[in-house]
Amino acid sequence: MSADDLNLRSGASNRDGLIHPEVAKANDESERGQDGQRLTHAEGASRPISAAPKAAREPQPRGAKIRGDRPIDQAEAAERFLAAPLHQKAHDERLWDVRKKRDVATHGIPEWEELRELASAIKAHTLSRLDEYLEQFEAQAKANGVHVHWAADGAEHNRLVHRLLKDHGARSLIKSKSMLTEECGFRHYMAGTGIEVIETDLGERIQQLDDEEPSHVVMPAVHKTRLDVAEVFAKTMGTDPENDDAHYLAESQRMHTRPLILEADAGLTGCNFAVAETGTVVTCTNEGNADLSGNVPRLQIHSIGIEKLIPRTEHLGVFIRLLSRSALGSPITQYTSHFRKPRPGTEMHMVLVDNGRSERLGMEEFWTSLKCIRCGACMNTCPVYRRSGGLSYGATYSGPIGLIIDPTFNKRKYSTLPFSSTMNGSCTNVCPVKINIHEQIFAWRKVLAEEHQIPLLKQGMMKAAGQVLSRPAAYRAAIGAADSALRHLPRFAVYNPLNTWGKGREMPETPRQSFHAWYRQNRMGKGTGQ
Amino acid sequence: MSSRAATLEAIRKNRPSGEYALPEVPVFAPLVGEDLVAEFGERLKRMGGRIAEPGSADPFEAVRERLKASKIVASAVPEIEGNRDLSQVAQPQDLADVDVAVVRAVFGVAETGSVLFTQDELRVNAVAYLAQHLIVLLDPADILVNIQAAYRRPEFGRAAYAVLHTGPSATADIEGVLIHGAQGVRSLTVLLMPRGAH
Ligand code: SF4
Repeated sequence: MSADDLNLRSGASNRDGLIHPEVAKANDESERGQDGQRLTHAEGASRPISAAPKAAREPQPRGAKIRGDRPIDQAEAAERFLAAPLHQKAHDERLWDVRKKRDVATHGIPEWEELRELASAIKAHTLSRLDEYLEQFEAQAKANGVHVHWAADGAEHNRLVHRLLKDHGARSLIKSKSMLTEECGFRHYMAGTGIEVIETDLGERIQQLDDEEPSHVVMPAVHKTRLDVAEVFAKTMGTDPENDDAHYLAESQRMHTRPLILEADAGLTGCNFAVAETGTVVTCTNEGNADLSGNVPRLQIHSIGIEKLIPRTEHLGVFIRLLSRSALGSPITQYTSHFRKPRPGTEMHMVLVDNGRSERLGMEEFWTSLKCIRCGACMNTCPVYRRSGGLSYGATYSGPIGLIIDPTFNKRKYSTLPFSSTMNGSCTNVCPVKINIHEQIFAWRKVLAEEHQIPLLKQGMMKAAGQVLSRPAAYRAAIGAADSALRHLPRFAVYNPLNTWGKGREMPETPRQSFHAWYRQNRMGKGTGQ
Repeated sequence: MSSRAATLEAIRKNRPSGEYALPEVPVFAPLVGEDLVAEFGERLKRMGGRIAEPGSADPFEAVRERLKASKIVASAVPEIEGNRDLSQVAQPQDLADVDVAVVRAVFGVAETGSVLFTQDELRVNAVAYLAQHLIVLLDPADILVNIQAAYRRPEFGRAAYAVLHTGPSATADIEGVLIHGAQGVRSLTVLLMPRGAH
């Protein structure tokens, strides 16, 4: 066990230290509160981090190369991310900070584990009767004066929304962040229609203007530095390319977007929770942009993944307490909005989207992935994600949750993703709805190997890996992290042949205990419950 | 077959086997102390909001400077008269020039520092987002202990629109630098004013 791992266990000492001191920033620009205290709510960093000075300008590494249905080479994209040390370190530091904020927030709730159990059970129950709850939701929404539509897949969702917009003579649509519409490829589809789509979440807007997908479910532009943002805004909004002040950039975006919001003919939001008993769509945001999308234009549309259902309003008392604490370490998002009925003189539409979910429900080993509330905690804690960036996965969903749901969309294209994991189990430990993520990752490896979706080389590794990886507890013991929160990866976990991901990738500051040293110490000595 | 029928049929076919009972949600002990006003204020401040007691001579003393500096004030409360009548607003876009909006909260939540509005308090929902600054009147007697208590309130099943605001609009999408006023209001100040007192 290295000193580092011990550090990790003590928690407190770890909290003050940076993994990469070189990305510490001297001046602090974050807002101050009423009493002068530094604020860290929403996704605010608990200390200033920046990807270095202008002198060391580094081009933003781009995501995975997409070649039709050919398997994504996540490792190749990850290598390019690692080869951009300023980006990589700032990204790693930033997400590790969010992960630590999450820990602090959860430790303040004695019933945290009970809440996770409840959330998981409520989701399991709802999914086991999803047909009934969907019918109840639909009936309620209709009674509330809402138009309800059903879309079997992404293409139908896009056509449906497009038709709605056309029928209303809409020329522009403002929208808030929605992973579902990303999944449907909605923005790309709309590009050919002559109706302008304007993202209103700052991070998502940055990504839209840079013609890039979001790299994180909660923080879409977390892989970009302020210099990258300054460059994008200079090109697209005409801001001063030399001014990389975060306040200047955010304010420029506000001023630029405001008229677009006022002129928009329609607004669209995603949905965090859909309450069956009341027909309510709940969104959780920090910027207030979902509320602008839902409350300013005459036509209001909510796109809803069918797995977002929960039975009753009282259950929000469980999920709302879990969501933002897991995602950002904040007790709640700035805005928790409940849309139920149209405003007088306006129309409200809800689109219930399946897009593979009903099929996933029938996958014995994988259906519980439908419990996901898209908090991103599993991504923030994942050592592979933090070091390779969300775009390296070449899929809508990245990080651990991506590994287990992307293959359901396209087995061949995402066949390699389940191998981008160290199997440390940290994702499972932080998941607020208790999805056994790392076990599903392993199960996917088996499925993909059996179906010959992966190359023989990796199949050989699978056999070797099976021994240890099939026993996650043993594996966690192996990598020596009590709470499996991996600040650094032990060297063997990255470089031993059991892991396909670490091969050929040099990681800084990894403790140098070898697999065999560990094996002697743990398996042969104390044993791991064999 | 319609997509509705196809989806429902697929769900029925693929329903996970086994019984998954809906658990009873126990009532959790509040994690806040006795002094709900103090707890509420503390948490609101951490979420970027401001809190103030009404002044004895001028109940709006704490925000007087702000009000003086404002051209357009939209008030949805009898305690203060604005110069933009929310009942006369034809469309939300007409509120784009509002500097300050004043609204009353249905209740506050001590656990998080949140306040709840419905369409009735806001008159025009968009005013709470298009205004540059938001002043919220909250009766200290209306502070609930926690989020769980909030979701037992009837408003969520009744209101066309209900929203919990916790501090102002915020973003840290650029290198984690926390910035208020991303798209919505730049500041949110809660004045602890009992209903019908002034
Ligand atoms: S799998 Fe769990 S931890 Fe990951 S995003 Fe979904 S809910 Fe959050």
